Amino acid sequence: MTIENDWHPSAPIANLQARARLLAQVRQFFAERKVMEVDTQLLSQAAVSDPFIESFEAIYRPSPEQQGVALYLQTSPEYAMKRLLAAGSGPIYQLGKVFRNGERGRRHNPEFTMLEWYRPGYSANQLMDEVEQLVLQTLQADQIERISYRDLFVKYLALDPHVVPTDILRALCRSRLGVEFEDDSRDTWLELLMSHLIEPQLQQPVFVHSFPSTQAALAQVVTDERGVEVATRFELYMGGVELANGYQELTDADEQARRLQVDQARRQALGLPQRPLEQRLVAALKATMPECSGVALGFDRLLMLALGVDSIDQVIAFPFERA
Amino acid sequence: MATYSSNQFKNGLKVMIDGDPCAMVDVDFVKPGKGQAFTRVRLRNLLTGRIWERTFKSNESVESADVMDRDMEYLYNDGEMWHFMDPSSFEQVAADANAVGDTHKWLKEQDKCMVTLWNDNPIAVMPPNFVELEVVETDPGLKGDTAQGGSKPATLSTGAVVRVPLFIERGEVLKIDTRNGEYVSRA
Repeated sequence: MTIENDWHPSAPIANLQARARLLAQVRQFFAERKVMEVDTQLLSQAAVSDPFIESFEAIYRPSPEQQGVALYLQTSPEYAMKRLLAAGSGPIYQLGKVFRNGERGRRHNPEFTMLEWYRPGYSANQLMDEVEQLVLQTLQADQIERISYRDLFVKYLALDPHVVPTDILRALCRSRLGVEFEDDSRDTWLELLMSHLIEPQLQQPVFVHSFPSTQAALAQVVTDERGVEVATRFELYMGGVELANGYQELTDADEQARRLQVDQARRQALGLPQRPLEQRLVAALKATMPECSGVALGFDRLLMLALGVDSIDQVIAFPFERA
Repeated sequence: MATYSSNQFKNGLKVMIDGDPCAMVDVDFVKPGKGQAFTRVRLRNLLTGRIWERTFKSNESVESADVMDRDMEYLYNDGEMWHFMDPSSFEQVAADANAVGDTHKWLKEQDKCMVTLWNDNPIAVMPPNFVELEVVETDPGLKGDTAQGGSKPATLSTGAVVRVPLFIERGEVLKIDTRNGEYVSRA
């Protein structure tokens, strides 16, 4: 593509008008509910710890000729928003750009718009109710079904993801997905099955909850009715797309510190960059973190589903190649 | 041998899978929010035409396939092999029935074809979109019947049988669309 051709936006103007309306509608939704909008920093001295989320680095220089220091563009406003919660902000939301290196595809752009919000005093279930209200304002659907991660795997693959041997998961990926690589992480196989075999079938909106504890990220871990440790994490899928990811948030500072270290160790084992961890988050949790639930929702994907288009390029003005 | 890493995958890339040359026809980036990135690829096996699906981890790599498409002129058939020539270098290659497949029924001497070579051996032959071939056998034409519908089979010089309008006579040269095997017009 040449400069002469690619000055055009990839999204039709009509879709950008729909985008402007949806941005306004989301802000209205939270204004009515007395949830405060915040816009925290994009550049941070610490990076996200998740092994499979890669931050962009930016260099800060006190003056142009001086040696710089690395800063990281946020991959989600989670750490900063939790520090606000600990400082007594009350319910807050943020609607803005986040950045994830290397993520480009039909449903991915390296910078995209995320809607993230936190509700002190809410359980994961209560927050799902609110996500449902927001999403049903926008999309044509009556209600959103809820199903546990276990029941989902039983329904679509006839196996219990918490107890099935890893060898079976690997064999299923080999036979159904043409996979030849090796991987010693059980979660890799579960994620492959989830993203390749189950997700495309989730056309009607559905909340999946009670994830394996190894996929807890920053959710609390509880024991379910069968005595299995599960994460109080939920994801919303619709139209075969992962739309939102929420937690009943971890508030235990020591456990938070431990999970940051576990991520860092896993990064090291995988040969991924070691980056500064956000110890201010640990300090905030130690101080006064309220019990709360939070969720991050892909705004561009919500708009894709509302407009019935299958490429993110149809809802953003200038995607990566034209940016 | 060159290799491609999964983050270089794109449509049209030719790679070796299970010992066969394949062309990528659809490449999708799949990444759960918190999980690993995968590249999901649909490939067409260039020897069999079958579609395969494969999933790769980021940084997994595959060997490239030495496959290229060349415009060549069809020369003749010796009873077993079909012979083609590069009109600029005069280099010749011989394709077997596997490589030529159904295309043989559209091959007329001196016509330009696209020959797919793998390690310099022909594995597929594409005829021109339109060919002009003589009718060698058909029922007698119906005089004056140029506007009415209706058709009849006609056998062409290459052995192909196509449906033609009723007024077409033996000995006429017809223009045929090879993509759907349909009569277009008198040549």
